[in-house]
Amino acid sequence: MFEALQDGLSGAFKTLRGQGKLSESNMRDGLKLVERSLLEADVSFPVVRDFMKRITDESVGEAVLKSLNPSQQVVGVVYQALIDFMGPVDHSLHLKGKNELTVLMMCGLQGSGKTTTSGKLGRLLKAAGRSPLMVACDLQRPAAIDQLHIIGEQLDVPVFSDRTQKDPVAVTKAAQAHAKKIGADVLILDTAGRLHVDEALMEELKRVDRQAMPDQVLLVIDSMTGQDAVNSAKAFNDALELDGVILTKLDGDARGGAALSVKHVTGVPIKFIGVGEHLDALEEFHPDRMAGRILGQGDILTLVEKAQREFDQDEMLAQEERLKKGEFTLDDFRKQMGQISRLGPLQKVMGMIPGMGSLMKHLDDVDAEQGMKRMLGIVDSMTADEKRNPTKVIDQNRRRRIASGAGVEPHEVNELVKQFSAMSQVMTAMAGKGVKDRMKMVRELQTGAMSNPAGQLTRQKQSSGKRLSPQEKAKLKKQREKELRKRRRDGKGGK
Amino acid sequence: MGLFDKFKRGLTKTVKILNTDVRDLFKSEGRLIDDEFLDEMRAILFKTDMGFVSAEEIVAEVAKNFRGRVVQLEDVVRTWKAKLGELMRQDASPIRFAASGPTVIMVCGVNGAGKTTSIAKLAAMFKSEGKSVLLGAGDTFRAAAVEQLTIWSQRLGTEIVTGDPGAHPASVAYRAVEQAVAKQIDVCIVDTAGRLQTQKNLMAELTKIQTSIRKLVPEAPHEVLLVLDATTGQNGVSQAANFTQSVDCTGIVLAKLDGTAKGGVVVAIRQQVGLPVKYVGVGEKAEDLALFQPEEFVDALFADIEAKAPGAAG
Ligand SMILES: Nc1nc2c(ncn2[C@@H]2O[C@H](COP(=O)(O)OP(=O)(O)OP(=O)(O)O)[C@@H](O)[C@H]2O)c(=O)[nH]1
Ligand SMILES: Nc1nc2c(ncn2[C@@H]2O[C@H](COP(=O)(O)OP(=O)(O)OP(=O)(O)O)[C@@H](O)[C@H]2O)c(=O)[nH]1
Ligand SMILES: [Mg+2]
Ligand SMILES: [Mg+2]
Repeated sequence: MFEALQDGLSGAFKTLRGQGKLSESNMRDGLKLVERSLLEADVSFPVVRDFMKRITDESVGEAVLKSLNPSQQVVGVVYQALIDFMGPVDHSLHLKGKNELTVLMMCGLQGSGKTTTSGKLGRLLKAAGRSPLMVACDLQRPAAIDQLHIIGEQLDVPVFSDRTQKDPVAVTKAAQAHAKKIGADVLILDTAGRLHVDEALMEELKRVDRQAMPDQVLLVIDSMTGQDAVNSAKAFNDALELDGVILTKLDGDARGGAALSVKHVTGVPIKFIGVGEHLDALEEFHPDRMAGRILGQGDILTLVEKAQREFDQDEMLAQEERLKKGEFTLDDFRKQMGQISRLGPLQKVMGMIPGMGSLMKHLDDVDAEQGMKRMLGIVDSMTADEKRNPTKVIDQNRRRRIASGAGVEPHEVNELVKQFSAMSQVMTAMAGKGVKDRMKMVRELQTGAMSNPAGQLTRQKQSSGKRLSPQEKAKLKKQREKELRKRRRDGKGGK
Repeated sequence: MGLFDKFKRGLTKTVKILNTDVRDLFKSEGRLIDDEFLDEMRAILFKTDMGFVSAEEIVAEVAKNFRGRVVQLEDVVRTWKAKLGELMRQDASPIRFAASGPTVIMVCGVNGAGKTTSIAKLAAMFKSEGKSVLLGAGDTFRAAAVEQLTIWSQRLGTEIVTGDPGAHPASVAYRAVEQAVAKQIDVCIVDTAGRLQTQKNLMAELTKIQTSIRKLVPEAPHEVLLVLDATTGQNGVSQAANFTQSVDCTGIVLAKLDGTAKGGVVVAIRQQVGLPVKYVGVGEKAEDLALFQPEEFVDALFADIEAKAPGAAG
């Protein structure tokens, strides 16, 4: 969702990089680019200025002089500042006990997504074992009441409305009584969209506020909003004292700078993000993920530089030689994987690869790390011969043996071999090519991965859900040890 | 109230914000145009959402003409206006009516931009011109979208063609045009569901709707209007670019210009995509629509400054 902003920053840091030691002035140039990309991401101008001041204060001088790798240090500072600007977070709706009525009030500009988000919260609360009641306080927009009723039916969540009423305050009052009657414990007030400069309607909203005494007033903001986001958010906050912000329509390519601006200007935490029209498309807001995505930004060159430093140079050269000869074995594959995991948490590393960011969204670190461990486990359970020539040698019997050795399902062995052969083709084709061509190939490879997002990684997530019993694990461990001894006897295991 | 008044009313708040900033720039009689000044100017222009490229162009223009000089406010404003006027220049292009048979207008845009309401406003305008109008309820997805358009058709006294919820929007559009032809209706306006420009399937669906309209009337839709929320920031450029790729957009309806948002992204859109603005929405009622006129847009944007320009320190 923040990909566009990521692209911008990625461009900025490309210029920051590769200039050897940065002087104060050429870091400023880089920061100017950061500033520009934030502006192009619709972060409000004054907020951008505040942000840049902070970054500059923190980076200039000491950091530049001491740092051996200033560009990375600046990235670090920007990343941390982004997190600080968007946090701290508070996802809780601060629900009271089930024997009390918690009141949530939605408000915002026209068409921002209030009614849809009311439904999404209703769904969430119902799933959490609560009894929500949605209230149609929008008596203005044509068919607004119908809209909420239809959503209520879809979710099997009750909706209170009164089509004869003209005053949302009266509806609210009646809804409070109705909630008691039917034993609802959360009231969700869907108010009409209004302009923050419409005094009459803002006054009406305040009256609803006084009647309902909401426990949480939530401002719903369209993530595509530009510079005006701070004006409206500030006005709603002044009128109502907001408790949280929900940012909608982040499933598109909006740069979403509003997240930064609104939080900075109002201090109100962003609680959730809307990522689709369907009623389950609501996620918690995570500033670190957001900032991580902003920076972990398809910045593959950073990854390459980092990799080049950390990879064993001799090993690289040896691999390069073999690749040139058209050889790329599972052993090489395993070594590379091992090296990648040394770079840091898998999710971060993957986040640096363009296109992988969104793929990683489906995984948390644990799943990803486990997926990696499983892959390594499979390779480790192979004999040297199998590793050298997996597609030819590994038959059904061997597949089963390897699977039990690694504690995985036989089909996972199959998948790994398939992936490996696809990868080895690319790797051998890459050998001898310059960095630029390689990057292009990696990108092409990733587009492939993107077009099949339900591919390998998600499938592994499912299979890793199958937990083995302790007995099964012990048995497998024994088998693995046996395998290991056998392989050592073989003598030429690649380890 | 004339249309232009309404349009100006929509812009007044915009102008207010812009003007306060501008007058801050000129605390005394004149000011030296230096880097610091240019940077402050950049900030002001950027707040209109006109985008980096457009703002930078204006800054460059001012720098070229005035750098190193001490100038009066109106000189600078004249440059801004000239530059913006140049950027936004276009034919006064209202609706292109069909030579014969119904004029078909297809309306599209992202979620919640103001499509359905803008259709009601257009319908009210055509009705007031004595034309008959038929609405096609092509949003078969969103909860109560059909009900919403139906209520408008009842209020305005227009015909309406609806499909069952979940019916393919292309078939609803087809039937709407079919009926408009059969009943010799003057204007047929087809509503579509809100969609984000990145949703490939939904964008393809939009193309299909256009295709199905063409099956009946090859030169239709005569207008494909993209409704843009005036609060939209730079994403508006992506919206214009992508919708234009999927359907043959003819212009923009800039909705919600009655707030504090400046709608300046249309400047960037004009520059980068070329799509002109045809109408502006300035409220939630059927009559809250005005023709977009670029000169007036620019004039209105700077009208206040000029009035106060001589000795403009404020
Ligand atoms: N793609 C996408 N669409 C959304 C999201 N949230 C809401 N929408 C859509 O945005 C449009 C407006 O949503 P509503 O819930 O009607 O907005 P509202 O704030 O209640 O509008 P008013 O009551 O008229 O002020 C609808 O088409 C929704 O389906 C989201 O997270 N992603
Ligand atoms: N203030 C103001 N509100 C407007 C204007 N145009 C539309 N609205 C409001 O914006 C909200 C959304 O308008 P709709 O016409 O339903 O938007 P839409 O694009 O059809 O929405 P979806 O079909 O859900 O994608 C409604 O509350 C309208 O009353 C305008 O020019 N000014
Ligand atoms: Mg609503
Ligand atoms: Mg609509």
